[in-house]
Amino acid sequence: MSINGKAQVVGIYEYPDRKITNRTLAQLHAKAARGALADAGLTSSDVDGYITDSVAPGLGPMSMVEYLGLDVRYAETTDTGGSSYVNHVAHATQAIMAGKCDVVLVTFAGMPRSGLGGSPPTMGATPESSFELPYSPITPAQYALAARRHMHEFGTTSEQLAWIKVAASHHAQHNPNAMLRDVVTVEDVVNSRMVADPLHLLDCCVVSDGAGAIVVARPEIARSLKRPGVIVRGAGEAFSYNKGGHADITTTAAARSGPVAFAEAGVTQADVKYASIYDSFTITVLLQLEDLGFCAKGDGGKFVADGNLISGVGKLPFNTDGGGLCNNHPNNRGGATKVFEAVRQLRGEAHPAVQVPNCDIALVQGMGMSLSTRHNCGTLILEAI
Amino acid sequence: MAENDVFASPVRDPDTAPFFDALREAKLLIKTCNACNQPFFYPRTLCPFCLSESSWVECSGEGTLYSYTQVARRGGDYVLAMVTLSEGPTLMTNILTDTPEALAIGQRVRVEFVDTVGDEKLPVFVPG
Repeated sequence: MSINGKAQVVGIYEYPDRKITNRTLAQLHAKAARGALADAGLTSSDVDGYITDSVAPGLGPMSMVEYLGLDVRYAETTDTGGSSYVNHVAHATQAIMAGKCDVVLVTFAGMPRSGLGGSPPTMGATPESSFELPYSPITPAQYALAARRHMHEFGTTSEQLAWIKVAASHHAQHNPNAMLRDVVTVEDVVNSRMVADPLHLLDCCVVSDGAGAIVVARPEIARSLKRPGVIVRGAGEAFSYNKGGHADITTTAAARSGPVAFAEAGVTQADVKYASIYDSFTITVLLQLEDLGFCAKGDGGKFVADGNLISGVGKLPFNTDGGGLCNNHPNNRGGATKVFEAVRQLRGEAHPAVQVPNCDIALVQGMGMSLSTRHNCGTLILEAI
Repeated sequence: MAENDVFASPVRDPDTAPFFDALREAKLLIKTCNACNQPFFYPRTLCPFCLSESSWVECSGEGTLYSYTQVARRGGDYVLAMVTLSEGPTLMTNILTDTPEALAIGQRVRVEFVDTVGDEKLPVFVPG
């Protein structure tokens, strides 16, 4: 059993604003749903499956199914943080393959800049919280622990990490909705304010409000639509945590989600023309590129340097919308935007300045929660029609 | 930097009460599996390797610095770190030092017990 070819992404919608005022989360879910269904050429009465996250208002899908007026026979609310929406595409495909539904709508929204995002962690709410939260492990610091360790083990430098931001900024200059559109240099990054050493301010992603939606449909339905679909070829998921305190914080769960996705899709790293790589921080990209096998473990610094991730310049164009590092990181969760840009690339609808020629195979890599403590990785491989 | 730190209080529960009791006597406990004998941290009743019963073990309080980061904060920087105990498990902690620039991965550190804003003590580490 394989999900290869069993469903297609037929519609996407990305809410254009990066700071949203005077809107409710439910309103944003609805606007995103309408946008993605319009993109697909479908209506809400065509939807018989629904997936959202734990940030959506209400218990699981209960309130949103009603608010959106959906009549669904399949629904779920897997939440793995930022990678959720990458996994949702895989789960939607599985449900369609199993005959549980034909058209799955995925929606999300969050407004951390306006104080309407997810809830911060509470002491005692999770079994590990009392062994972490008293030490003030702010998110950049957790990623910094992994970056420092990677530098120690492999000799990675801040300048190499900076190239990841430089590449993202080269792409973001062409995105009118991006929060940071100025092209930056390696010097700009390493001279920016230190947040949690060795990570500087420009090693961090932006904080943005946002919303969006994805429509996944059975191939027979996809073929009846005017717009070209994008074929789901393979998917993998894995979790990483410090096993009872036995830590390896320089290896991500992508080392296990990636091979599963590649095998299911029947493609290799050399076939990937474009990659959306989760970029909460520069180190997030570097570790996942290694673990996905785009270079050897420890060689990520050399791989990302000298513009290798810049479309039209390097060997592996990544995050051509500017990514979380420059464009947006809606609700501190960048998984859906990774799907969006991969779909644009495969449809040939990315900005002409960053469109990858003959883009037939794209990889989408999501990461949820955090390096150094615990995270989920979801890998998705998509193919153009 | 240590004197400026104010630590939030952990919250004990039936899984972890002996750990916090021991902290009040300046002892650091971890758990070891009764079946597979693997030490583990954070403490929980059943072993995360095989879901067997486990026992408390007192640590030496010595370890090595696995990774660290100096975090910029209004009111004073602090060092978030991971320390590998000489008994095996690695835990999250803070390093209390006036010279964070002198820290290095692999260096020896030892436990100290500090007050929190609540009733519980907290294990932190210092160089040496």
